[in-house]
Amino acid sequence: MTAQTLYDKLWSSHVVHEEADGTVLLYIDRHLIHEVTSPQAFEGLKLAGRQPWRNSSIVATADHNTPTDHWDEGIKDPISRQQVETLDANIKHFGALAYFPFKDRNQGIVHVVGPEQGATLPGMTVVCGDSHTSTHGAFAALAHGIGTSEVEHVLATQTLVAKKSKSMLVRVDGQLQPGVTAKDIALAIIGKIGTAGGTGYAIEFGGSAIRALSMEGRMTLCNMAIEAGARSGLVAVDQITLDYVKGRPFAPSAEQWEAAVAYWKTLVSDEGAQFDAVVELKAEDIAPQVTWGTSPEMVTDVNGRVPNPAEQADPVKREGYQRALNYMGLAAGTPIQQIGIDKVFIGSCTNSRIEDLREAAAVIKGRKKADSVKLVLVVPGSGNVKAQAEAEGLDKVFTDAGFEWREPGCSMCLAMNADRLEPGERCASTSNRNFEGRQGQGGRTHLVSPAMAAAAAIAGHFVDVRTF
Amino acid sequence: MKAFTTVKGLVCPLDRANVDTDAIIPKQFLKSIKRSGFGPNLFDEWRYLDHGEPGMDNSVRPVNPDFVLNFPRYAGAQVLLARENFGCGSSREHAPWALEDYGFRAVIAPSFADIFFNNCYKNGLLPIVLPADVVDQLFRETEANEGYALTIDLAAQTVTTPSGASFGFDITAHRKHCLLNGLDEIGLTLQHADAIRAYEAKRRAEQPWLYR
Repeated sequence: MTAQTLYDKLWSSHVVHEEADGTVLLYIDRHLIHEVTSPQAFEGLKLAGRQPWRNSSIVATADHNTPTDHWDEGIKDPISRQQVETLDANIKHFGALAYFPFKDRNQGIVHVVGPEQGATLPGMTVVCGDSHTSTHGAFAALAHGIGTSEVEHVLATQTLVAKKSKSMLVRVDGQLQPGVTAKDIALAIIGKIGTAGGTGYAIEFGGSAIRALSMEGRMTLCNMAIEAGARSGLVAVDQITLDYVKGRPFAPSAEQWEAAVAYWKTLVSDEGAQFDAVVELKAEDIAPQVTWGTSPEMVTDVNGRVPNPAEQADPVKREGYQRALNYMGLAAGTPIQQIGIDKVFIGSCTNSRIEDLREAAAVIKGRKKADSVKLVLVVPGSGNVKAQAEAEGLDKVFTDAGFEWREPGCSMCLAMNADRLEPGERCASTSNRNFEGRQGQGGRTHLVSPAMAAAAAIAGHFVDVRTF
Repeated sequence: MKAFTTVKGLVCPLDRANVDTDAIIPKQFLKSIKRSGFGPNLFDEWRYLDHGEPGMDNSVRPVNPDFVLNFPRYAGAQVLLARENFGCGSSREHAPWALEDYGFRAVIAPSFADIFFNNCYKNGLLPIVLPADVVDQLFRETEANEGYALTIDLAAQTVTTPSGASFGFDITAHRKHCLLNGLDEIGLTLQHADAIRAYEAKRRAEQPWLYR
C-alpha cells in the first residue's frame, strides 16, 4: 500500500460518497457552534421543517458577544443579547451534547472549550462556523471553518460537500531559543509563505521543534494555519496528545481508552508519504515576531525595522505596503523596538490558554505596566482556564502589575463586545488578525506572543523578550 | 438560492490585494440574526466617513467620495473585479451575503481565500479565477472605458469583454449544476441519506467513543 499522509488518512476515513468530479460527502463527527454564525442556520432548518441529523455531535457556547466584565449586569447591548439568547433558544429546541451558555463556569472561546472538554479527539472531523476551527488540528483531527450555509448543511445531514485539498508539510527542526514560542513559529511561517501561501492546502506541521511543543503550543500553531491561507492545520498524534486527552469529560471511557489509543497511534504520516509542497524552517533561526502592517504576512523580527514600500518591485504589493503604513501611522525604517503602544490585549483563541497566561505572568512578575499604556486586558480563554490561573495566583501577578483580569470570551480579538480600540490607538495583541478595523475602527494592531505582549506592556514599547 | 446562468454586468474595480472579510462586512453587523439586509454596509469602513452601527439610516451617512464603490460611474455594478487572495480571514458568510445583497452576481480575481470562495457558491454569487495578467488587462479596460461591462456565461464557463475577447474559467461539475439550477444542496445531499446512515452505523461500531 502506498504511504499515506495524515491528511490522506483523515480524509479517506470520512468519505461517505464520491462523485465523478471528486466532490465528496464528508462525514462530520463534531460540530462546534457559537452564537454569531448559527442563527441563520437554525432558522433555515426550522423553515424547511428539518431536525438535526445527530444533535449529540453538537457542542455549543457563547463567546463572541459576551462581555468580559460586570457579568452581574448581563449583556447590555440589546442586539448582542438577542444573538446570545437566540443561541440559548436554539439549543433548547434542537438539543446538543453539551452547551456552555453565558456565565456557565465551563463557558469560553469555542476553540478553547472543545479541547478542554475532550470534545475534540484525534481522528475526528471537526467543523464550526468560524475560521479558527483549524485549531483542533493540533489533535490530528481534520478541522476547518465553514460558512453558515454549511453549518445548516451539517446540522441537516451530518456531512459536508467537499473537495480534497493539496497537502503541505511545514517542517520545523531544531530547538527554539528561550522566549520564542509557537506564536513566533506561526508568524515566521506566514512571513515566509504569505497569507495565501497555504490556500488550497491542508498543512501538516512536523519536525522536532513541533514535537517538542505542548498541546497548547500546537493549538496556537494550527489556529494560525488559516492566516497562512490553509483551512486546516494538523499535528500527528504522539504521547503528548494522549496525555492531554486522557481523563477529560468527553474523552473515551476507561474501557474504550485502549482501543481508542491503538487507533489514534496510526494517525501519523507514513514514512515516505508524499506531500504536494514542503516548507522548512530552522527553529534556532526564529526570533520573536512582531507584525507592522495590516496583514499577518506583514511581519518581521523584533530586531527588525518597518520596511520601505519603495523597495517592493510588485506594484500591487508596493501600494499594499504604503496603504498599510498610512493606516498604521508608521514611517518606513522605524525600528520595531521604538514603536510605542497604547493598549495590550492578552487573549483570543490563539493565545488564551493556561500556558499562554503563565508565559505572560513569568515576564512581568514584580513589575508594573508603563504609565503610557492605557489599558492591559488579560482575557482567559475559558472559565476553566480562569479558575486554573487563579489557583496558581496568576491573576494576582497581572493585577499587581496594573493589568485588568477579565471574564472569558473572544473580547478584543474582534471587538464584537465592548472591548475595543479607539481610532488611532496602537495595540500589542496576542490575537490572530491585524486587519484594518479588526480590533475597532481605526485601531492599529501588532500581533505578538503573550510573552512579547506582556513585556511591551511593561516597557511601553516593543522589546526583545529574550533579553528583557 | 438564486440561479446563475448568464449575467451581463457593469464592472467595479477594487484595486487592492488581500481584501479580508472584516473589510467586506465589519463585525458590528454580524450581530444580526437574519441573512439579508447587509448590502448597505458592504465595505462599511471604506465606504462611509463616519462609524457605522447596525440600525443606522445609511442613506443619510456621509459617503467617502474616494472609494470606488461610490464613483457614480460604477453605480449598479454587478461584477466586482478584485486582486489576489480576495475574501481572506474570517469565515463569515455575511461577506457573500453583503456582496449579493448589494447587487453583485460575480467576483473576478486571480485568487480567492478558500472559505470565502466556498461560501459564494451557496448564495448564487459566482467567484471566478482568471490569470493575473488577464485580471490586469480587465482592470486597465474597466478604468479606461466608462460603462465597461462583462458577459459571464456559466454554462459555457466564459467571461467575454465588450470587444469580444473571451476567457474560460474552471468550476467543478457539482457546483456548476447547483448554481445553474439554483439548487438547495441539503436536498441533494439527503438523497444519500441511506449511505450516510450506513457509514454512521459502521463508524459507531468501530469507534464507539465518538458516540457518547
